[in-house]
Amino acid sequence: MRAAIVRRPIEAAALLREVAATGHGATSLFVGTVRDVSDERAVTGIEYAAYEAMATAELARIAGEAVERFGTGALVVEHRVGALAPGEVSVAVAVAHAHRGPALDATRYVIEELKKRVPIWKKEHYADGTREWVDPTLASRAAGLSTRNAGRSTFPERAG
Amino acid sequence: MQIQVLLFASYADAFDAPELQVALDDGATVKELLARVQQMAAGQALPPSPMVAVNRCYAAADVRIRAGDEVALIPPVAGG
Repeated sequence: MRAAIVRRPIEAAALLREVAATGHGATSLFVGTVRDVSDERAVTGIEYAAYEAMATAELARIAGEAVERFGTGALVVEHRVGALAPGEVSVAVAVAHAHRGPALDATRYVIEELKKRVPIWKKEHYADGTREWVDPTLASRAAGLSTRNAGRSTFPERAG
Repeated sequence: MQIQVLLFASYADAFDAPELQVALDDGATVKELLARVQQMAAGQALPPSPMVAVNRCYAAADVRIRAGDEVALIPPVAGG
C-alpha cells in the first residue's frame, strides 16, 4: 500500500506495475484528469494546493481503510499538486485483488473518500483571465452532489 | 497560550496571510478558537462552522487545544 502527494506528472502505467502480482486476477485503475470546462466556463488550467502534511496522512488513512475493508494490500494512490493543464492527470488510484469485485469497490472507496476528506484545493484559471478557488459546497456546484455533502458533515466524527 | 493557526487556499487569501497567531486560554476548545478567529476583521469571510484540524486530524468543536498543537483551518476541500 502506498499513498502520496506528488509534484511530478502521474504515470498511471507505473501504478499498474506497482500493484501487479500473479496472484491477482483483477486490477482496477481510476485516473482523474483536468477538464477544460467547469460550470460552463472555459478552463485553461488548475492550480492544486494542499496542506501537504495532513493530506499525506489523510490519504494514507483512507488507503489503510480500503486495505482493511476490501482485503488487499495491493493499493496505490497518488494526487498531484502544482499547476496542471487540461488533460493532465491530477489523481490516480490502482488496486489489484484476486477478484474484480473488491478491486473495483476499493478503487471507488479511495477516490470518493479522497474527494470528501483530503485537504487539497484547486484554483481554476479561466479563459477570461479570472481565477477562483473551487468551493464544492456552493449551491451551483452542490447540485447533484448530495452524497458528497452528506459525507462532508461526518468529518469531525471520523476524526474520533 | 499563543497558538499558530495555519491557513490555506481561500482562507489564506481572506486573511492575506498563511497563518495567524491566536491567544487562547490553556485547554481552550476548537469552538473557542473559532469564536476568536471569527471576531477578527477578515473572520467574516469564514463560514459559520469552518472545519478545523488539530495535529493533522479533523477535530470536533469540543476538542481541546494544547500549547504546541498543530492547528489549521480547512476550507471546503476540492481534490480529485
